[in-house]
Amino acid sequence: MPIIQTPGTEEVHPDILLVNRARQGDVQAFEQLVKQYDRQVFRIAQHITQNREDAEDVVQDAFLKAYEKLEQFQGNSKFYTWLVRIAVNESLMRLRKRRTGRMVSIDEDVETEEGSMPRDLAEWRPDPEAQYGQSELAEILRKTIQGLPPGFRVVFVLRDVEGLSTEETAETLGLSVPAVKSRLLRARLQLRERLSRYFRKKDEDGVK
Amino acid sequence: MTCTEFLAELGEFLDANVSVGLRADLEEHLERCEHCVITLRTTRKTIEIYRNHEIYELPVSIRERLQAAILAKCKKGC
Repeated sequence: MPIIQTPGTEEVHPDILLVNRARQGDVQAFEQLVKQYDRQVFRIAQHITQNREDAEDVVQDAFLKAYEKLEQFQGNSKFYTWLVRIAVNESLMRLRKRRTGRMVSIDEDVETEEGSMPRDLAEWRPDPEAQYGQSELAEILRKTIQGLPPGFRVVFVLRDVEGLSTEETAETLGLSVPAVKSRLLRARLQLRERLSRYFRKKDEDGVK
Repeated sequence: MTCTEFLAELGEFLDANVSVGLRADLEEHLERCEHCVITLRTTRKTIEIYRNHEIYELPVSIRERLQAAILAKCKKGC
């Protein structure tokens, strides 16, 4: 995203300009922010809630909450990171509503050793996705990531899919930086292990 | 360097977040360990695949409905 440089002043992220206009009652400026980030918010919510209807509700609730709280946005973090934090909290709330009586936390099920040591050491095909159709591949990727413990999944999604930095991911989830790094590596290795089943070279590929 | 030590640094190596000295040690390990080469390559590919493929798409019609609902409420002052 381009950074606007005003001579003699600090760099201002374009989102901040939109936030400032929205604060002054310019709904169209906020509309731009919605259009820019609604898909990301939806993806994050879907990864956490695992439910399409909930994820759609989270998109609405997260943006409305952000609009209500625009005055509280300090501008010392990115608007996107601030919005993601709201979306993660809204998603966890939705999850709690669905699973009443059961504690829902992104700290669940992290005490697993699975995937910490690679077992499947087969080489993958050169272009492993190419052997599957678009919808089949999406199904494989969904099924695979859904199998991760929630606390690993959300770290992987924020850090590797949505592009937050390690520090931003830690701040968003209320985790320490070492905890994010550790979960991220475990998530990556577990996904790798599970995807290997679909992407590994087969004998007919010429592997002796 | 052992494979376990290599794996402990794999995340930082993938994110290009290692010192020059450590990077040299990791690369030296890769030169003689095919298993770690495969682990590195396939983990990198795993990240790339998830980054490049949208697995939860928001259809245009639903997107427009959500945007309209959000903005209508914002205009009313939420």
